[in-house]
Amino acid sequence: MKTRVKISIRNLTKSFGSNQVLKGLDLDIMEGESVVVIGGSGTGKSVLVKCILGLLAPDSGEILIDGRDMTTASRAEHGEFMKKVGMLFQGGALFDSLTVWENVAFGLIRAHGMNKDEAHGIAIKKLARVGLGEDVSGLTPAELSGGMKKRVALARAIAAEPEIIFFDEPTTGLDPIMADVINRLITECVKELGATTLTITHDMSSVRKIADQAAMLHDGRIIWHGSRRAMDTTKNPFVRQFTTGSAKGPIKMITRGPE
Amino acid sequence: MELLSLIGRYFIAGLAEIGRLVIFTKEVVSHLVRPPFYFSMVGRQILTIGYFSLPVVGLTAIFTGAALAQQIFVGTGRFNAEAAVAGITVISIVRELGPVLAGLMVAGRVSSAIAAEIGTMQVSEQIDALVTLSTHPHKYLVVPRLIAAVLTLPLLVIVANIIGVFGGFLVGTQKLGFNASNYLQVTVDFLEASDIHSSLVKAAVFGFIIALLGCYHGFKSRGGAEGVGAATTNAVVSAFILILLANLIITVNVFGS
Ligand SMILES: Nc1ncnc2c1ncn2[C@@H]1O[C@H](COP(=O)(O)OP(=O)(O)OP(=O)(O)O)[C@@H](O)[C@H]1O
Ligand SMILES: [Mg+2]
Repeated sequence: MKTRVKISIRNLTKSFGSNQVLKGLDLDIMEGESVVVIGGSGTGKSVLVKCILGLLAPDSGEILIDGRDMTTASRAEHGEFMKKVGMLFQGGALFDSLTVWENVAFGLIRAHGMNKDEAHGIAIKKLARVGLGEDVSGLTPAELSGGMKKRVALARAIAAEPEIIFFDEPTTGLDPIMADVINRLITECVKELGATTLTITHDMSSVRKIADQAAMLHDGRIIWHGSRRAMDTTKNPFVRQFTTGSAKGPIKMITRGPE
Repeated sequence: MELLSLIGRYFIAGLAEIGRLVIFTKEVVSHLVRPPFYFSMVGRQILTIGYFSLPVVGLTAIFTGAALAQQIFVGTGRFNAEAAVAGITVISIVRELGPVLAGLMVAGRVSSAIAAEIGTMQVSEQIDALVTLSTHPHKYLVVPRLIAAVLTLPLLVIVANIIGVFGGFLVGTQKLGFNASNYLQVTVDFLEASDIHSSLVKAAVFGFIIALLGCYHGFKSRGGAEGVGAATTNAVVSAFILILLANLIITVNVFGS
């Protein structure tokens, strides 16, 4: 299965003004593999994903998808890439002027030229796949709970059966049971589709459930990369501090208060 | 010295802003002519921009038209030219007040609403989500609004003109003692085709400005509810200024004679 590199990131840098977020990041993701990126809040995990998707323009570096550098790709090539990916945004990013099923069917209709009835049928199926009934399909996102929104967003991300899926904090803000439901859905969907996935999280139970490979982002670089099992046995003090959730260690959080 | 550098900074920031707006406009206009086209979106926008603006535009027009007739009566009375009230009223309304007032009222309603809607989509990553679903946000969000605004503003202005003239007619016949059929005759006699052309050209340009500025500031929104609020205000203020500037340019250069 793990035959070739699907996504290869080389020396990626990105700053916002004087705030240097990514400082030469390298990461390889094999085809069909589930890679989880962990790292503290504000270290640039979302920025990394947005650079890969072309939503943010990196300052320098290469992002190779199937060997083609996306930072220099034409508009048409980038459009082709977008047809192959699904993205679950950190905040859901559901279109609040559309109903739930229209959200899920959006990419099918716009990107894949499917007609409305066919797309509706698939949307209902995908919603059922994430445990939402037909009664929900006509509601608007404002009428949903946080957990339901995440599931609709998940259904939308997988609706067009993409080759590559990005999940940005799929379980943040959910109760542990709902988080487990989402983790299960992700692993099952990925297995069904055989997709390559990059998941961002700081939920360690999520990492243990969905990761083949884990990578840690710190100070603008991937400072550790290994299998899920290796993560629990590594001596790397950064990873150890993160997996055990300790305030003591090499990672310093910027806090205000008595020195 | 500090004052100078402050002025310089504002000047440069202003130029940069104009540059960004020009780039945005070019990008958007290029999407106007390239497929795919989202026709169904245009219909919905025509409804929200045009139809729902009718009450506010109508009320503005009737009040202003009525007050205008009264003022012109006072003014013309100073050199015994009261007979021209109907004629001057219709020219003022059709050439100037109809399009400008309708433009400003619709800008207040629509530029702000567009900026708020697109701004909210921007800060909640819905714009990013559009891209990942292979839909160009400018094509999907901006183009339908531009087309709808450019099509509906002239229609709204025609309505505003008619209602404005009717407001003047009411005051003229009910208060100032003009004969009704005489008032209407003078109105029709004075009105020329170029007045109507001027009115419609202005309306279309204002429609473009209204939608463009709403979208531009919406896309520029950053940082949550506060950013969206600022975008809304900026959209309305800049649309007002550009409408009045465009009005001046069109009036003086195109329909000056
Ligand atoms: N569009 C932007 N403009 C300016 N700065 C940005 C922008 N997006 C992100 N940043 C900055 O980049 C840094 C990393 O942000 P990012 O959202 O990637 O963090 P993160 O690792 O995803 O954090 P979290 O786990 O809390 O989601 C932050 O300091 C943030 O302020
Ligand atoms: Mg994030």
